[in-house]
Amino acid sequence: MPKYLLLKHYRGGPEPHRAVPPMDQWAPEDVEAHLAFLRHVAEVLEERGEYVGAQALVPARTWVRYSGPDAAPVTTDGPHPETSDLVAGWYMIDVETYERALEVAAFVSGGPGPGGEPLYEWIDVREVMG
Amino acid sequence: MSEGYRVDEGELRALVPRVLAGLVRRGEDFDAAEDALQEALLDALRVWPERPPDNPRAWLAAVATRRLIDARRSEAARRDREEVLPEPVDTESGDDTLFLLFCCCHPDLTPASQVALTLRAVGGLTTREIADAFFVPEATMAQRISRAKRSLRDRRLDEPGDLAVVLRVLYLVYTTGHGGRLDLAAEALRLARQLTLATDEPEARGLLALMLLNHARLPARLDAQGRIVTLDRQDRSRWNTREIAEGVRVLQSALAEQRPGRYQIEAAIAALHDDAADAAETDWPQILAWYDDLVALTADPVHQDPAAVLGRAVAVGHVLGAAAGLREADRLRAVLGDRHRWHAVRGYLHELGGDPAAAGAAYAEAARRATDVAERDHLVRQAARARAEAQRSSAGSV
Repeated sequence: MPKYLLLKHYRGGPEPHRAVPPMDQWAPEDVEAHLAFLRHVAEVLEERGEYVGAQALVPARTWVRYSGPDAAPVTTDGPHPETSDLVAGWYMIDVETYERALEVAAFVSGGPGPGGEPLYEWIDVREVMG
Repeated sequence: MSEGYRVDEGELRALVPRVLAGLVRRGEDFDAAEDALQEALLDALRVWPERPPDNPRAWLAAVATRRLIDARRSEAARRDREEVLPEPVDTESGDDTLFLLFCCCHPDLTPASQVALTLRAVGGLTTREIADAFFVPEATMAQRISRAKRSLRDRRLDEPGDLAVVLRVLYLVYTTGHGGRLDLAAEALRLARQLTLATDEPEARGLLALMLLNHARLPARLDAQGRIVTLDRQDRSRWNTREIAEGVRVLQSALAEQRPGRYQIEAAIAALHDDAADAAETDWPQILAWYDDLVALTADPVHQDPAAVLGRAVAVGHVLGAAAGLREADRLRAVLGDRHRWHAVRGYLHELGGDPAAAGAAYAEAARRATDVAERDHLVRQAARARAEAQRSSAGSV
């Protein structure tokens, strides 16, 4: 069974299908509905035997590079261009087919946003090498 | 006839520090002795159900010693030299735990190593259990433990260690988590109890009291959906009254020594929270007085103990008003300004002061910096709730 990484982004990727403000500006009941949906996703994947793992990432980012044998690493922790790609977290799933991976990604993408309407969020699907 | 004999793993684990300390005290290498004892424990689990030992501690010590001799023989054969096994010394066992904690919490080890080694050598946990508790692969944890043991190899282990480091390590074990399959908080409580039997130092009792008084509130900390419930909204009937009573008793006996320290003070603050029938009954003036003592322990609390200053800011907010609390919190801007807790406290104080719009903004800042999913979700909820409240009140005033 192939494994896939479903990446969620804070920003970057194709033009958003639906522009929404950050979740802290949603109505409280919409926040509850979305967080309940995220728990539901994990439960569904576990129940189907497809769940491998899921993690969220803190938005703060630092780029680092080696800078020679006797020098401290060079870092840049911003400001980064607002358009740069920023991963928010991922699901790792183990599924029968590529089609099933797309199905799961679309399911995740359709989680409820403001007003209970789907978010239509872009999900980045990547196959993991064996 | 011995069918039905079950090895009590708790009892077995309680023997670990005593046996290990005995081996190390008579001159065995900490590293080798710990390995030998782990093997002896596995033997015990296999053999005891069939043949229960008369004296479990002596059995473990004898089997571990045999393992050590075997290991030494094969090494000697390799190196073509012989060594004489030191004579066993029957030491008084009372302070074995303390002795081992000093070994495991050696100041030269990193905190992660101190914690792992303490859980294994004093707590008697398996590498697998420790790995599960920290969500790392077993091989990674095994490597961490053996590196820690290797770095102890050339250290003298017969000098008294630093009790402050031991206390910090045990508190770290406590705060590290309730998430994994293994309840590290319960483990830390067990270790702190052992420690209080080994030393009269009131700070050891202060730490045990602090753990008990916080642990008592754990059942109310999350709701049925796993959401964080803040102290002011917790269902206090779910608090563990037995733990609170024990915590207060332990704290009183520590305070009676008249040698206060940070753990006793923090326990006193926790006790005042536990003592309130509801949030409105909380004795904030007395909590503030304890915080005053806490920040007085360091010369420059803003830099040396910012967590205490932040906690004090909340108490100031309750006693002297939200604006005063916010001024206190602002002193920490340069030190804690990029930490979620600082923003969360500001959000709380803004709410206390009746400014939900500012509270919402502060909670949102906190959520962006949170390093834990449950806390992040909680802070997002707080932000959304405060912002909705702000909208309602501005709509109402138009």
